Amino acid sequence: MPLLDVRNLCVDFKTSEGQFRAVDSVDVHVDVGDVLAIVGESGSGKSVSMLALMGLLPWTATVSADAMLFDGVDLANCDARQRRSIVGKDVAMIFQEPMSSLNPCFTVGFQLREALKAHLPLTRRERQQRAIELLEQVGLPEPERRLRAFPHQLSGGMCQRVMIAMAIACKPRLLIADEPTTALDVTIQAQILELLLDLQKDTGMALVLITHDMGVVAETAKRVSVQYAGQKVEEQGVRELFADAHHPYTSALLAALPERATTRSLPSIPGVVPGQFDRPAGCLFSPRCAHADQLCHATSPDVATQAMGFARCHYPLLQGVPQRSAS
Amino acid sequence: MSGIHSTVYKNSEALIQASGLSRHYTVSSGPFGRTATVKALSNASFELQAGKTLAVVGESGCGKSTLARVVTMIETPSAGELHLDGHRISSELVLSDEQRASLRASVQIVFQDPFGSLNPRQTIGRILEEPVLINRPAVASAARQQQARDMLAMVGLRPEHYDRYPHMFSGGQRQRIAVARALMLEPRILVLDEPVSALDLSIQSQILNLLVELQERLNLAYLFISHDLSVVKHMADDVMVMYLGRVVEYGSAKSVFSTPRHPYTQALLSATPIADPTREQTRIKLKGELPSPLDPPAGCAFNPRCWKTEQRCCDEAPKLADAEQHKVACYFPL
Repeated sequence: MPLLDVRNLCVDFKTSEGQFRAVDSVDVHVDVGDVLAIVGESGSGKSVSMLALMGLLPWTATVSADAMLFDGVDLANCDARQRRSIVGKDVAMIFQEPMSSLNPCFTVGFQLREALKAHLPLTRRERQQRAIELLEQVGLPEPERRLRAFPHQLSGGMCQRVMIAMAIACKPRLLIADEPTTALDVTIQAQILELLLDLQKDTGMALVLITHDMGVVAETAKRVSVQYAGQKVEEQGVRELFADAHHPYTSALLAALPERATTRSLPSIPGVVPGQFDRPAGCLFSPRCAHADQLCHATSPDVATQAMGFARCHYPLLQGVPQRSAS
Repeated sequence: MSGIHSTVYKNSEALIQASGLSRHYTVSSGPFGRTATVKALSNASFELQAGKTLAVVGESGCGKSTLARVVTMIETPSAGELHLDGHRISSELVLSDEQRASLRASVQIVFQDPFGSLNPRQTIGRILEEPVLINRPAVASAARQQQARDMLAMVGLRPEHYDRYPHMFSGGQRQRIAVARALMLEPRILVLDEPVSALDLSIQSQILNLLVELQERLNLAYLFISHDLSVVKHMADDVMVMYLGRVVEYGSAKSVFSTPRHPYTQALLSATPIADPTREQTRIKLKGELPSPLDPPAGCAFNPRCWKTEQRCCDEAPKLADAEQHKVACYFPL
């Protein structure tokens, strides 16, 4: 049984112009010890799908799913008390902006002990001891002194380490990291990613990494799920994806990387991601796709086989060539 | 493209020439505290020719943006000299307002955040015309409008966008507008302060292509500030690596990327994630973080994080070796 099994997740937001579908029938499967990267551009619904899982969306959002199982417990239909006992303890999350995710009015130590107090039956002294251990585990020097510091007294990299310490405080079995290094410098980014992977290996927890950086994906993930305009368009093992992307969007995205360029002018994807009012009728990528034809513009495609990376495409690519006969 | 860049300059001409350029700030620590000096930029020397791209690379707090502010004359240098398009700027020499205005026209800047750098209450046409309106009041309004419309076409926007407001555009389009605005005064130097880091990957390549195309067409000199090394590798002719306000390595992009000589450059290159899962990872682990610019370490600024540190590094800061093509400020270059 997978640790996390989400099927057909849809999230709609109530806006002044009507319902807007931010996540459109997305499946997420994560096994114990897995490292899954969810890649997509801004507005592709990658953060929203994970926030829906955590129950952190505002009241304007409507979440529906065929199943939202974490270790056999249905998160979609369980009561609030049961959800709270899982979220924050067994499923933890790290956010993009470490500086703004911490409460500026309380010391780092207070916020760290608060997480422990909510979920574990520890005494005050044990909590302090555990907080020190946690800061040591995430590689912060002088943990006793740091516990008394306020977030503004720490650098961005240190704040992110505190966030990670808070997330792993209750030994979660699934850690969701939402763009954990986007706000950080490259040398600090390397440190934080290494820390996350080491923690993942040591504790055997599953890691879901939300990112838009293909370099980070290549160096950390085992499996990759690519999202576009709220839909999952492809899912593959990381080596397979970079060697042979099956969805035209993934393929175009990889070609647009400056480091893969062979000419001065980069191959680029024309147009922009569709918004609320210009969603195309057929395949969502069809207006920007180089291989699109009549069928693509008219009907939305089904998901292809596993061999084709579950590509949501009428003509999935094989070594860059669309397979017209396949459908 | 009538009226835009009628003169084409020679390639070999150095448009920016900086020697020993520094910018220090004095900060006070409370009403009774002592004042301290932040050396945001110290002793930077470089050269930039027409049609070339000089990339400035480094982490936050390394002085990249201060350099951009000095080159665009938002700040005056504390020490050193800057030759901009034939004019000399230094701390002692104060330019007259007229000289400044004419120099400003030849150096323009594109900012990182296309959402914050455009006035939401102005139409695109008004945004594009404003630099001309201020700097060249003699230009007739019809000519100004024509120039703005030509510029829209040049950066790949449609004529009907002239009357629209910034909120109606996506991030990539806004960055095109910001580039168009910077080009309105026909500058010869464009300072690009992280021009693509706020954009998505598929849009990033569109903007980079536009910048390359404009450079070839108008023979612009780019001072390209970025922290994304894969973008820098694609765009730059020369690369300048900075650490804590100092230039630690300066050379052609080819030689800096193939044979980095400063330990910091090497660590930076090895820390950059490469989009190839089959590649062997040999990562240099850097200890600690950037030291506070208020209290930089004695000697070489990189010595607390460097793995080659010896006593000499802590005693005296190494200087950028002048003689060589590929310069490095290190006692033990690699």
